Amino acid sequence: MAQFLQVLLSGLATGSIYALAAIGFTLLWQAAQTVNFAQGEFVMLPAFFVLIAMGLGLPLPVALLVALAVSVFVLGYLFKRLIVEPMKASKTGGGLPLVIATMSLAIFLKEGVKEFYGAEAQPYPELVSGGSWDVFGAIVSVTDIAHLAISLGVVVLLTLFLNRTRTGRAMQATAQNPDVAKILGVDTKRMVLYTFLINAALATLASFLITPFYLAKFSNGEYLGLIAFIAAIVGGFNQIRGALAGGLLIGVLDNMTATYVTAEYRAAVPLVLLIVIILWRPEGLLGTSEGRSV
Amino acid sequence: MKRLNLIAAAALTIMATATAMPTGLRAADTVSLPCVCELSGAGAVSGTNYRDGAKMAAEEINAAGGILGKKIVMTDYDTQSDAQTSRALVQKAIDAEAYAIIGTVYSGSTIVNMLVAQQNGVPQFTGSEAPNVTRQGNPYIFATSSSSAKGVPGLTPYFKDTLKAKKIGVAWVNNEFGKGGHDVFVNEMKGAGITVVADVPSEQGQADFAADVSKIKESGAEAVFVYLNEEEAARFLKEAKKQGLKAPLVGEVTLTSQKVIDLAGDAANGAYAHVGITVGANVPAVQEFGKKFKQKYSRDTDHNGLKGYIAVYAVKYVTEMNGSLDQEALAKKLHGLTLDVAKYPGMLLTTSWDKTGEMSRESFMTQVVDGKQKVIGTVPAN
Repeated sequence: MAQFLQVLLSGLATGSIYALAAIGFTLLWQAAQTVNFAQGEFVMLPAFFVLIAMGLGLPLPVALLVALAVSVFVLGYLFKRLIVEPMKASKTGGGLPLVIATMSLAIFLKEGVKEFYGAEAQPYPELVSGGSWDVFGAIVSVTDIAHLAISLGVVVLLTLFLNRTRTGRAMQATAQNPDVAKILGVDTKRMVLYTFLINAALATLASFLITPFYLAKFSNGEYLGLIAFIAAIVGGFNQIRGALAGGLLIGVLDNMTATYVTAEYRAAVPLVLLIVIILWRPEGLLGTSEGRSV
Repeated sequence: MKRLNLIAAAALTIMATATAMPTGLRAADTVSLPCVCELSGAGAVSGTNYRDGAKMAAEEINAAGGILGKKIVMTDYDTQSDAQTSRALVQKAIDAEAYAIIGTVYSGSTIVNMLVAQQNGVPQFTGSEAPNVTRQGNPYIFATSSSSAKGVPGLTPYFKDTLKAKKIGVAWVNNEFGKGGHDVFVNEMKGAGITVVADVPSEQGQADFAADVSKIKESGAEAVFVYLNEEEAARFLKEAKKQGLKAPLVGEVTLTSQKVIDLAGDAANGAYAHVGITVGANVPAVQEFGKKFKQKYSRDTDHNGLKGYIAVYAVKYVTEMNGSLDQEALAKKLHGLTLDVAKYPGMLLTTSWDKTGEMSRESFMTQVVDGKQKVIGTVPAN
């Protein structure tokens, strides 16, 4: 029982971080109808901004704020202005070329970090460090609880923002039907920009939380991007709550499989889950089916 | 016409002489010792240290006149920690007239690429420690550190007599390096009457060790043998600290390496490891090497830097014993040879190779204390 509780909490803590990246997938899908295959690298990169800022002598809290600002600008604003907007404005209207462009961006970011910061993993400071609590015989790490609380807190705040504020509702209107939203006076371009900035901020937070255990390494995005993508599909690509559920489910399933079934094939579990969901419920666990005409 | 015949005869004579020369003999003005190493990818830490140690030795030897008066030329070939790439690069290095190959470090790569060096009759000095590497009957492969088959048994008395453990957990990486060490360790424990109560494999590059540590904790193991590559070892130590794993963590080679200490921070404190060689050893020549390495590269090295260093010196000493750049003679001479450090100071410690290319020398028990690797005992050569 103690082991089950411990593994469950560890899985939920890691899964909640996957969920942050997965939500970014769903946000960009709804705002720009594109799948951002550089999302994993968006999680990898901010950790290096922190290391650079700390290398310049800034204390950790300031370095985190600087990294957040730089990440939101580079991975939110510049990503939209330099890659998404020009491709959406082209004859193809985004689509597959835009997806390929995000794949290229992923390679560029990964190789760029490798070139400028090296291929070796770097030590990275913990955002939350502390002892542990004894809960029904299970040693529960304060770090795990803090990660879970921060991630879920951010998701709740995001949901409240999208549902309870005027800007949030305008963003949702833009995602559902940009033409009608425009007629109703919504500044749709601004709303789409907000979505990109929020995605960058979520990826940055995920980076701050997960890198202390993954260590800062250029290749971190490969696994994180894949897991976040699977989490978004499993949960439902068009629902924030679906991405959250998908992230948590994969985090828990991964740890449970490694503990009680097999450690050797744990990496295959998310992929098996993906196949099952695609066959059984293609819209995802909490997603809704969308009509598309050709 | 006569002149043309003369030229043709001269050309034929030169060709005949060239083809009549034994293939192992080299007549170049330089000695090519290419470093086929893991300079990027998962093995970058090990490969880079191995390469830099080798380069340091090459520079020292060149400054002292080279090998038989010829300068060493060392070219980098980055395997990207990929076995198939390493195989292609060993061939490329041989095509570029390699006298001996320095590398690779990853056992999974060496197992794949050493056949190429063997087929071409080129001696290869590997940093790999999987026992399989020297058990293939390859007369051209030479270890620069004892394999886990020799190193891991050195730990048995530590678990049995010092820790007095009856139940042991094993966390190991499921690759060539990990499998080799795991198999030797499990057999050793069986022989010593110690029960392995948790046998936990992990994948190379694995990031989340929550389940692994949890399984070991739940097993009631009184000590844990951690046999992982550097980055994974650091992640394991962090998770062990997070989950409050109290059992002593004991590794072979990597667990107390400087890179693991840097990556794991406080979580590395208290970890033990048996290491073949370390800059922290209480041996003046080794400590001097550590200082020179840090001065040159502005960082500390793990044992791989030392391995690369002695590989190049071994090539120099044995080639000069032979008196010629003969690859076959180099390989033959090394089998069963002991290089006494008093006569061959570049070896740093007295070193022997057996008929399989396996290496033997004095080794050390270490512990991480206040973020530094500290030597706590010496293990005699076996």
